Amino acid sequence: MASRYDVELVQVTKRYGTAVAVDGISLRVPAASYCCLLGPSGCGKTSTLRMIAGHEAISDGDILIQDLNVSNLPSVRRGTSMMFQSYALFPHISCLDNVAFSLRVRGVPKKERNAKAQEYLDLVHMSDFAKRLPSQLSGGQQQRVALARSLITRPKVLLLDEPLSALDPFLRVRMREELKRLQRELGISFIHVTHSQEEAMALADLMVVMEDGHIRQAATPRAIFEEPASAFIARFIGGHNVLPWDSGMIAVRADRCSLGSTGDNPRLAGHVTAVEYQGPVVRVAVATDAGLEAVAVVSDRDFYRSPVGPGDVATVSWLQAEAHQLAH
Amino acid sequence: MTLLQTIGFRGQAEQREKAPFRLSPRMVSWLQVGPLAVVLIALFALPTVLFLVVSFFDYDRVGIYPAFMLDNYQDLLTTPSTLRVYISSLKFGLIVWSITLFLGFNIAYFLVFHVRRPMVRTVLFLLCAIPFWTSGIIRTIAWIPFLGRNGAFNQALMALHLTDKPLEFLLFSDFSVIITYVHLFTLLMIGPIANSWAKIDPALLEAARDSGASRWQTMYLVVIPLAKTGIALGSILVFTQVMGDYFVVRQMSGGQSASIVSMLSTEIQAMQYPPASANAMVLVLFVAIMVACMMRVVDVRKELVK
Repeated sequence: MASRYDVELVQVTKRYGTAVAVDGISLRVPAASYCCLLGPSGCGKTSTLRMIAGHEAISDGDILIQDLNVSNLPSVRRGTSMMFQSYALFPHISCLDNVAFSLRVRGVPKKERNAKAQEYLDLVHMSDFAKRLPSQLSGGQQQRVALARSLITRPKVLLLDEPLSALDPFLRVRMREELKRLQRELGISFIHVTHSQEEAMALADLMVVMEDGHIRQAATPRAIFEEPASAFIARFIGGHNVLPWDSGMIAVRADRCSLGSTGDNPRLAGHVTAVEYQGPVVRVAVATDAGLEAVAVVSDRDFYRSPVGPGDVATVSWLQAEAHQLAH
Repeated sequence: MTLLQTIGFRGQAEQREKAPFRLSPRMVSWLQVGPLAVVLIALFALPTVLFLVVSFFDYDRVGIYPAFMLDNYQDLLTTPSTLRVYISSLKFGLIVWSITLFLGFNIAYFLVFHVRRPMVRTVLFLLCAIPFWTSGIIRTIAWIPFLGRNGAFNQALMALHLTDKPLEFLLFSDFSVIITYVHLFTLLMIGPIANSWAKIDPALLEAARDSGASRWQTMYLVVIPLAKTGIALGSILVFTQVMGDYFVVRQMSGGQSASIVSMLSTEIQAMQYPPASANAMVLVLFVAIMVACMMRVVDVRKELVK
């Protein structure tokens, strides 16, 4: 029977000397899911990925891949494959040889491994570049080759370390779609480390927000966006106003705020500090005299009905029901 | 407004008048290449041409006479001692090359891949390099009191009762020549190899492991191919040094071995310049052929441009 979870982390800890990089985290990644580890730099997300890959020893705890405890197994026997942030293509051999590398070290005959490698280059639309050296390719093309090299090992779990961070924004969105398509078609789990909440939201079935070596929240992107567990998460995933209120800290989505006030809705009055036109919406930042800041993202139609500029008096208000109470 | 415009306009005009002195890109290139070219032509190319010309001259005990004759080459190539000296030098060259390659490869590997703290690495590199601040002659001679019959090493062996009488082969032998060469030239191998590895992204080694490569597979599929340029450069440096050596063989072999250059120096001392020139030309040609062979294996120029 297929296992319910592709990856399970049980109280996994990583210590470097006395510094704790990952502090007893537990996580279950359901079968065939796209999981994003999200967090600011130094939060332990890359250490976690490298421990799953077997490139970093676990200080404490266990890692299971499809019900097999792999904590003490070498990388190659874990059924994982890692795609490196720098791509780490071997510079002295052709793309085809790079992709065929893992077959070569397993002793697969040349003809057979080249045919297989060609097949995987096809999968990432790079078959025309088989004979080139990595240095003769653009960053995006190198990434595709690296992806083919990782996939040819037929991993149970593909591990991606900030795979899109080196690409330009346009390419990033295209590659993002492609990663998601491949994950769906191959039916395996991807674990993708990123510091971009936009990327994580676009891709993840399971979004894991990390801070300071801990998992702060793990859920679907929608659940996290609708109900961030803490002020840190609300701020980190963006799009929220985090405000101290009568009942404690609250988070209010900026796109659910409006300018001006109606009735006795909660509000924040102050002066406009910035106006950004973003096409379909306009982003208006308002600061109170007490130093609180709130952002209203309003539709361009609403904004231009009664436009405001920096320095103008303005009020940001929202419906009581839109305020989300934060734990701390 | 008009004043500003006037000033602005005049400013531009003045600039335009001062601008014209500009070197063409062609000229700039020549200037950049020039100094080194002058040095190389004056100190290398011209003397070599001079040797070539003189090598065809006639000579006797009193002087040398312009001529064009092949006798010098004929004498050189038909004397049995020539072949003997070349074989001896070649033998030293190959032995020293393989030892320095083995040592240099391992030391460079240790420095680049095992030492993690940059500070420690710098200190270790300095430890390798600092001995080179003293002259090679001193470092050569320093072996004599160490290896000699009553030298430090023999005394230590006897004090430890490992031997009863001093080991004779330590000094003034092939052994002492080789050990001195290795001491002098290992750094020439470490440097280029370490340099070619220093540019490697450490993730490459992890990627190899991730793909299932064993230690040895990583070594011969990734690490060694990436050190190819360094190995070739180091080999050329070590080999040419040994072939061109004069001092070490004379000092450390105790007169039992001769080197090509010591043969040459004997001729110069006897003021037999034409045969010495012929000898030099043959040596240059021989080393050039050996280097060309190494370059065929690795195109160093192409790799360096990368």
